[in-house]
Amino acid sequence: MKMNNVILKTTTQVVFFIIFLFSIHIFLAGHFAPGGGFVGGLLTASALVLLLLTYDLKTVKNLLPINYMTLTAVGLLLALGTASLSAFFGEAFFMHYFDHFNIPLLGDTELHTAMIFDLGVYFVVVGVTMIIIQSIGGDE
Amino acid sequence: MTNFLLLPIILPFLTAILLMFAPKNIIYQRTLTMIGLIITTGCSLALIQIVHTSGIQVVTFGNWPAPFGISMVADMVAVLLITTSVIITLFTVVYSFKSIGIAREKFFYYPGVLLMLTGVNGAFMTGDIFNLFVFFEVLLMASYLLSVIGGEKKQLRESMKYILVNVVSSALFVITVALLYSVVGTLNMADISVKIAEINQPGIITTIGILFLVVFGLKAAIFPLFFWLPSSYAAPPVPVLALFGALLTKVGVYAIMRTYTLFFVHDIGYTHMILLVLSVLTILAGCIGALSTFNVKNIIIYNIVIAVGVILFGVAQMNDTSMIGAMYYLVHDMLIKAALFFLVGIMIFLTGTENLRKMGGMMRSYPSLAWTYLIAAFGLAGIPPLSGFIGKMLIVKGGFEADHIWSSIWILLSSLVVLLSVIRIFIYGFWGEEKRLVAVEKRQGYWRLYIPATILVAITVFYGVGAEWIMPYMRDAADVLLNPSVYTDAVLKE
Amino acid sequence: MEVLMAFVIGFLFMAAVYLILSKSILRIIIGTGLLSHGAHLLILTMGGLTNDAPPVLAEGAKNMADPLPQALILTAIVISFGVTAFFLVLAYRAYQELGTDNIDELRGKLKDD
Repeated sequence: MKMNNVILKTTTQVVFFIIFLFSIHIFLAGHFAPGGGFVGGLLTASALVLLLLTYDLKTVKNLLPINYMTLTAVGLLLALGTASLSAFFGEAFFMHYFDHFNIPLLGDTELHTAMIFDLGVYFVVVGVTMIIIQSIGGDE
Repeated sequence: MTNFLLLPIILPFLTAILLMFAPKNIIYQRTLTMIGLIITTGCSLALIQIVHTSGIQVVTFGNWPAPFGISMVADMVAVLLITTSVIITLFTVVYSFKSIGIAREKFFYYPGVLLMLTGVNGAFMTGDIFNLFVFFEVLLMASYLLSVIGGEKKQLRESMKYILVNVVSSALFVITVALLYSVVGTLNMADISVKIAEINQPGIITTIGILFLVVFGLKAAIFPLFFWLPSSYAAPPVPVLALFGALLTKVGVYAIMRTYTLFFVHDIGYTHMILLVLSVLTILAGCIGALSTFNVKNIIIYNIVIAVGVILFGVAQMNDTSMIGAMYYLVHDMLIKAALFFLVGIMIFLTGTENLRKMGGMMRSYPSLAWTYLIAAFGLAGIPPLSGFIGKMLIVKGGFEADHIWSSIWILLSSLVVLLSVIRIFIYGFWGEEKRLVAVEKRQGYWRLYIPATILVAITVFYGVGAEWIMPYMRDAADVLLNPSVYTDAVLKE
Repeated sequence: MEVLMAFVIGFLFMAAVYLILSKSILRIIIGTGLLSHGAHLLILTMGGLTNDAPPVLAEGAKNMADPLPQALILTAIVISFGVTAFFLVLAYRAYQELGTDNIDELRGKLKDD
């Protein structure tokens, strides 16, 4: 399918980054406010789908040479690793740790291992969604 | 050590993740799968011993107090079933090396198998009813992958129906859990058991009990709900079929066993009578199916249905003898079904057909295969001293103790039908004139299928002959099932 | 409020059953989607509908809504998302291979069986 839609292409160049940044925002907001890895991942995937709609599969693959299966595996590994972290300290599985840190510029920030777990979820969602969309959209 | 009981769930999952990094490297896939499964087998065997000596092991995620966090409970029932599942998966993987085909091996076959094992083990071990749903979905997702893997026309067609049936039953599961939550206000299975006794509302609880029977009955293929099973199990290749036949329906049976001994014990006269009637009808339906077909795969598949009926008959009696029998028969059936599917798979491999009428006279070229098959068939039908006999004897004895004379006799009669159906494979397949086999070069590597099958048959023989050593563990398991307080005390001890 | 929810859920189930019983695979998949939506709303209703404060961490919050049903729904949504996506891919592949999306034509024996 040959598409040459100037308006779509021009908008996408801007909108893609807006959606992507918003997805990162949603992902980071997730700990105390609505949001999180799943929603953030879906938003990122939707940004990528926009790219796929505008350009074709080949161009996007050149643009972002990501193996989504590996991405999914990394995500799962992160999630499982965070969950088993506490097992190494002799605590129950899935125990999370958190503390307050004073980070320059951000000030008093609470860092939580649940964030790493959520990052894993984010990767898995992006990976799986993109695998599904590529496998449907891959052949004309 | 607190988390040791989680290893049979975590290890297959970890192995599956690691396998996803290099899907095209077959040597990597095979070795890592074997290493992962062997370690898991060791862990689950050790877990049996731990549970036997020091009682039920419990861990609640994130150190939350018990009714609030998700508990994982390793009691004897769960641990025995987990060990059996892991052993079967191990042999299936060995059997797959020869029979599944390179294309499938490169397309996430091993991760699929391991993820399914993760789901199965999790479902056996979880102590939280919603978590049970989640693990069901994990194993179902993996089974969807395994049932379409390879993408043959028949597979695509049948797995579509398979998925539809399971999606509907999953929705029903969620609905039932929601209803249960609205009544008892908790999801922890031990807590539910306590709360149900406290609130004293038999009507609504019985309704929910029947709904659970529908949900799990769809997975376990009990009488009116088994319609999807034969065609969707016959479509995938033999190793996948062996895994499905040995593990998937048994998870449903386990879930019925658990809920009907832990939750719904206050109106036994009604709920367990329904279970009894359905189990008898299930056996009837399975018997008719097993005699109706000349397709070797389908004969064994219908025997799954019969076995589900026999086990649930044991559960429905709710007495000591029959519960030990049901537990023993459940493990026996998982092992023997896997072995039979392996052997039938070898017959299909040698003759290139699934139709029994086109086979014949294999005794001459493959006598050892014939005798192995005969032992497995006798084990399934319950010829003493093989394992099927002991389980069935205990179940029937329990049935007599509970004054269900006619249905118990019916179980005995069904054994004859089972024997007839599997001996028919022997007679048609191995006796008589030798019919055409596939070309000799295509029969190469036959021993690579034969060895795992024989070892599995040997295990079932040992399981029957060595019943004396296994009985203490079975007694432990039946104890937990019949005394819910043992389970609830262990979980809610704090 | 519960009565209204019951009607909504009932309507969703009705529509789902109607769609699942139709012949086109795509309609069936949409039907399963509606079925799971109905189930999710049922969890929400069964958890108790209240006007209480959201169950977000805040000091001194009284009368919090029960957070558990929401967690259950989130989990169930994720699962049904995954299953529906898989189902769609499978239906598409099957359509390519078998050349039909009519469930009636998926019965009986295959020619090469």
